[in-house]
Amino acid sequence: MTDGKLPLRTRLASTVSRGAAALSRATGRGDGSVIGGRLGLLIDPELLANLAAGRQVALISGTNGKTTTTRLTAAALGVLGPVATNSFGANMPSGHTSALARAGNTPYAVLEVDEHYLSAVLASTSPRVVALLNLSRDQLDRAKEVAMMAQLWRDALAQHPGVQVVANADDPMVTWAATPQGPAGDGPAVTWVAAGQRWHDDSWVCPRCGAHIERAGGQWWCTGCPLRRPDPQWTVDGDAVVDPGGIRHHVALRLPGRVNLANAATALAVAAELGVPVARAVPRLAEVTSIAGRYATVARDGRTIRLLLAKNPAGWLEAFDMAEEAPTLLSINARDPDGLDTSWLFDVDFSSLRGRRVLVTGDRAYDLAVRLEVDGVAFTHVRSFDQAVAAVPPGRLEVIANYTAFQDIRAELDRVN
Amino acid sequence: MSTESRPGRRACVSALRIVWLYPDLLSTYGDRGNLLVLAHRAKRRGLPVHAFEVASHEPVPDSADIYLLGGGEDGPQALAAQRLATDGGLHRAVARGAVLFAVCAGYQLVGASFFAKGARCGGLELLDAYSDRGPTRAVGELAGEVDPQLGLPALTGFENHGGRTHLGPDARPLARVSVGVGNDGQTEGAWHGRVLGTYSHGPALSRNPALADLLLRWATGDEPLVPLDDTWPGRLRAERLAAVKAG
Repeated sequence: MTDGKLPLRTRLASTVSRGAAALSRATGRGDGSVIGGRLGLLIDPELLANLAAGRQVALISGTNGKTTTTRLTAAALGVLGPVATNSFGANMPSGHTSALARAGNTPYAVLEVDEHYLSAVLASTSPRVVALLNLSRDQLDRAKEVAMMAQLWRDALAQHPGVQVVANADDPMVTWAATPQGPAGDGPAVTWVAAGQRWHDDSWVCPRCGAHIERAGGQWWCTGCPLRRPDPQWTVDGDAVVDPGGIRHHVALRLPGRVNLANAATALAVAAELGVPVARAVPRLAEVTSIAGRYATVARDGRTIRLLLAKNPAGWLEAFDMAEEAPTLLSINARDPDGLDTSWLFDVDFSSLRGRRVLVTGDRAYDLAVRLEVDGVAFTHVRSFDQAVAAVPPGRLEVIANYTAFQDIRAELDRVN
Repeated sequence: MSTESRPGRRACVSALRIVWLYPDLLSTYGDRGNLLVLAHRAKRRGLPVHAFEVASHEPVPDSADIYLLGGGEDGPQALAAQRLATDGGLHRAVARGAVLFAVCAGYQLVGASFFAKGARCGGLELLDAYSDRGPTRAVGELAGEVDPQLGLPALTGFENHGGRTHLGPDARPLARVSVGVGNDGQTEGAWHGRVLGTYSHGPALSRNPALADLLLRWATGDEPLVPLDDTWPGRLRAERLAAVKAG
């Protein structure tokens, strides 16, 4: 695809989009990843479809791990050539449009897609591969409930039987969404990844028949219908990813936690579907150290501060798995991007923090305080990030925060990436 | 009712039995919180507690002291109502004088009927109320003065539901709404005997420790409970009530 082949309206829209993005960055109003795309789509509603045409596109969606997996996939695909990607986490069509317009002419694109927009983005970008990571409760005061989300995905994929799906075999909701076989048994081909599921509380009821789902020995199965865990082609074993040929690839990942190794497995599976030799992609994954501040380590006043973002119960469980046994600051807000309802705090088991030095802050620190008291976790309330840093001895400080609380702390640390 | 079967008397000799019903169907917004808060407040007073869960494929025991029902989506709500009616354990327990605390979808299904997936579904008829669909979804902070008969401070919570609930003569409103929608924009929740329901969803008791203590008192025999240090719940309540007043 070259710019010269695009319709005039698309070229104009693309130029305006890039210009607005540059203006947004130059004036310090934003990183330009949304406004440009929004303007461009106003001029040419087909802009995203036209910008995607001619590229090999992979979409990454799910409740958690989208941004990280998108970054890892883009790194792996880099083996083959330049990759366009929405690396700022702007994961709606305006963000996709900006990302593609800004990247110019690339043979590949990896787009992180908000779960709610998967259907629309499938239609407009005609991807080769779609990766489905997981589905769990997230901002329920405005998001769709989990079973409804799975149904939306399933309906969307039924419209695109030619797409290659890469899906998490350990998540019953994802498994069901990924297999919308029609009466003729047709449906997208699926490559299964054993990407794990630490959070089970949104998938005890079979999405297909409503019966109870049993789990044992890493397997899951419905007690009322044939839905069960598919045999995965890609698995994680220790610090290695095992490919469909049974070859173990040691991944020297610089991101913490078992969940990120699973994200790496998904990224490798997506890249392999697009023709990347796995052994050549693996070293590229080790080049990813942090993503928009997530997992970043910052030195300040003799403290080594590590930032972990956790936006929902499943994410908090993963963050506890990643956090080291060290003083820990928890920060919670309930502003618009976070969801206004803090009820989910009671879906998270905080008892693994007992015995650690725990500090709480953020707009909704009192919600956290009440929650920790019930779990028997001793804590100190601090009014600011600086107070938290001063309150702990030199050494490691783990920070776990939800979305806007994380951005506030990132701002304190000069917008660390 | 004989003294042996009265839950309050039994608690003196054995652990207080608190059961969260059907967490596999009705657990959407941190509903586990109510089980945790009740167990926590009982334990801090030295009361032995047996807190446990019963899934929808298991029989409901009729011998527990406090029963909890949470919130959920339409499908699971209808399924839970059907299974609880067939099981009968909860009805026997309530008839015996056990305490039932139900929130959101759980509150709707203890009434006579409710709407799920566009159809009217039969409820458990444990409260004189029925629910239908409202013109808008009620999402946001909920607050109001509690029925003076219960002697509690203001209710504070978060609601997220599309239903409207209408009370019959045998149910009293839990509160008069000052912020939010509740049952119908005027009243919120309902209670009768030892059955109490509210649209303040999820961990409603974490913001309303006095309501938690009322349920414990109902279950342990109406004797006053030792006061606890409620500094943090107190600060949370003050912050939330001030926020809705300001907003």
